[in-house]
Amino acid sequence: MIVARHTWFMIVRQTRNLMREPIWIVLMIVQPMIWLLLYGQLFKNVTRLGGFGTTSYVTFLAPAIVVMNAFFGATWSGMSMITDLDRKFVERFLATPVSRLALVLSQVVRSAITAGLQALIILIVSLALGVHVHTTVLGWLVVIIAAMLVNSAFAGISQAIALATRREATMIAIANFIGLPLLFLSSTLLAEAQMPHWMRVLARFNPVNWGVEAARSVVLPGTDWGSVGWHLLYLAVLSAVTAGLATWTFRAYQRSL
Amino acid sequence: MDAIVVDGIRKRYGAVQALDGVSFRVQDGEIFGLLGPNGAGKSTTVRVLVTLTQADEGAASVGGHDVKRDANRVRQTIGYVPQDSGVDRFSTGRETLTLQGRVQGLGGKELRSRVAELLELVGIADAADRVVDGYSGGMRRRLDIALGLVHRPRVLFLDEPTTGLDPEARVALWAEVSRLAEAESLTILLTTHYLEEADELTDRLAIVSQGKVVAGGTSAELKAGLRGDAVQVEIEDGRVEDAKSVLANVGAAAETVLDQLTLVTRVPDGGRALPGILTALDAAGVGVVSVSVSRPSLDDVYLHYTGRDFTSEDRGDA
Repeated sequence: MIVARHTWFMIVRQTRNLMREPIWIVLMIVQPMIWLLLYGQLFKNVTRLGGFGTTSYVTFLAPAIVVMNAFFGATWSGMSMITDLDRKFVERFLATPVSRLALVLSQVVRSAITAGLQALIILIVSLALGVHVHTTVLGWLVVIIAAMLVNSAFAGISQAIALATRREATMIAIANFIGLPLLFLSSTLLAEAQMPHWMRVLARFNPVNWGVEAARSVVLPGTDWGSVGWHLLYLAVLSAVTAGLATWTFRAYQRSL
Repeated sequence: MDAIVVDGIRKRYGAVQALDGVSFRVQDGEIFGLLGPNGAGKSTTVRVLVTLTQADEGAASVGGHDVKRDANRVRQTIGYVPQDSGVDRFSTGRETLTLQGRVQGLGGKELRSRVAELLELVGIADAADRVVDGYSGGMRRRLDIALGLVHRPRVLFLDEPTTGLDPEARVALWAEVSRLAEAESLTILLTTHYLEEADELTDRLAIVSQGKVVAGGTSAELKAGLRGDAVQVEIEDGRVEDAKSVLANVGAAAETVLDQLTLVTRVPDGGRALPGILTALDAAGVGVVSVSVSRPSLDDVYLHYTGRDFTSEDRGDA
């Protein structure tokens, strides 16, 4: 109860701070549009290769861009923790009865809510680009949930790295190191059928790909609800594990004071 | 009753023994100062008392609650104003105070009126709805203090409250702190490396040096304990030993030798003793560069108990 209340207070605070940096909001909305338009045009004819489940590349791409965007957002979520540590914000609150768990969880939840909102915006723009979500309302919901789960799973890791390293430069290096490889080891841009066998095998263990599979399955015809359910469940479990990891590193940080 | 009891706390960070058995007591309603140069262990002591970190050995309690076993009770009892303010740049003063109140369990009308009252009390009501980024150093400090007071704590910890402020703002803040202590019936523990701050503001103080409390009492008691005026004689190079024996012969044995050139001695009446000292030095052929007589100050107290000059130790070249 206390944890939920305090988490909420901290989310309100973080959101309020973000809202006062309008440039950030503009980037948050425009960035995914750029991915969608740029990749959509670049790979337009690739569906001719077959195995995409649709002839419209943008329909194939849109749900994956939602997940990719959520994933990239998550890798950066630790930056705001580092800012809070640097500015001694965390220390000031540690001398109050604030829920310790809330200090960590609020970062993850705020990050996931942002990803959810971005997902909604991308879906609306996709609609304008002629993307038809096969399973309609339920499909939209699944895409948004997939985005939020991918985000929270990686946000937990990002928070853990932030708390362990407490350095922005290290944070950026690690985010870049894991970002693109995980993107290309998934069917985000290309159908699985077009991937080399060994990459397909690795992709099965890639949480980004779990999100892409679930989101894409509800957008294209022939939705496999069983697979959607499993993939979302994997992501939920992973989110819980990484949130636990972030909490554990927070305790280690406290002990180091 | 004692608001704060510290009993032999020790704390080690790697190779550094930050606290080496610190003990003191602070009575209810007192303004108590921990005085010492940077790195003496003042902040570490405060961090143990506000439950940010734990001592390796020893015990401490605040408001009757043990800082280790009853950490959460301590956190409800205290207000902590750290050295570096942890405030969101893009939140307003009012928002910042409201958040602090919420995590302390306040809410609704009570919180709103408390926040308004505090903004008024520390004198930043006019800037309450502006973002903190535009505040001056003095205003931020006032907000920091208000943050520590929002839940009506019994004990307030001020870690270096006036560091980084200009002299004018510093004096203004001293008046503020005294007034707040009265208005909110607070016990205050403050750390400072400004002698005049400790002199001006605190009821009692403890001098901390290298992780230990080396002296304690009221500022007047500490000065009286020195018995007499300080005479500082700066001599020409190389004659320290000669100078020492001369001083001992005229009943003014050197207490301390600073930087191999300056001898400090303590005599009942400095003005009257001075001619005798100078004549004796002259007779022994020891050249005097400069000489000064001063009434006991906290600086002398510090020098007396630590054997080190406050100003130079504070610069880190002791």
